[in-house]
Amino acid sequence: MQFIGQGAGRSRRGAWGAAALLVAGTMAVSGCISVNAPDKPIVIELNINIKQEVIYRLAADAGNTIESNPSIF
Amino acid sequence: MDHAMHRSVFHRFVLAGTAAALALGGFAPAAMAQRDPAYDAARAGGQVGEKMDGYLGVVGGGTPSLRAMVDDLNIKRRAVYSQKAQAQRATVEEYAFTSGCLLISQTKPGEKYQAPDGSWQTRGAGAPQRDPRCP
Repeated sequence: MQFIGQGAGRSRRGAWGAAALLVAGTMAVSGCISVNAPDKPIVIELNINIKQEVIYRLAADAGNTIESNPSIF
Repeated sequence: MDHAMHRSVFHRFVLAGTAAALALGGFAPAAMAQRDPAYDAARAGGQVGEKMDGYLGVVGGGTPSLRAMVDDLNIKRRAVYSQKAQAQRATVEEYAFTSGCLLISQTKPGEKYQAPDGSWQTRGAGAPQRDPRCP
């Protein structure tokens, strides 16, 4: 009965030690790494799959579309 | 008396003709609708710009009414791009991007456009910076 109590006390001390290490580690990490927000907007290029040959094929039709819809272009 | 009546009939014809001409004249600009003055002013003032993807973008913060106008125009653009892309057996993105190339070329000096690096540029007298794939 006494033995079990001692064991429980030891494991509690171990848990406190682990928690202290974790806090110390977190503080160390947060002290080393500083994260700054970028001052320019992040641009994700989504058009990399568009082929030049397709653009050339569509150019004439797109030009006509722009010309015939002057209110939105 | 007879002469007066003839003249009134003639007048009526002239009036009818004028009304018809006015009606036709009124229809012609509606079919060839031009830009809304608010849109034209926002372009000229650099508050909106042409993006590479074929849509309009708000330059800077913008106002709620400006953002609403840009959203409305972009929805209309997307509808047109979708219809035309389907007819050309292309994707909406391909058709929109091609249009973006042309729309950036067509910007007037002082208007804003998006450069290949994503930044807003003011169109100068020379050619704009465009994607190397642009025709």
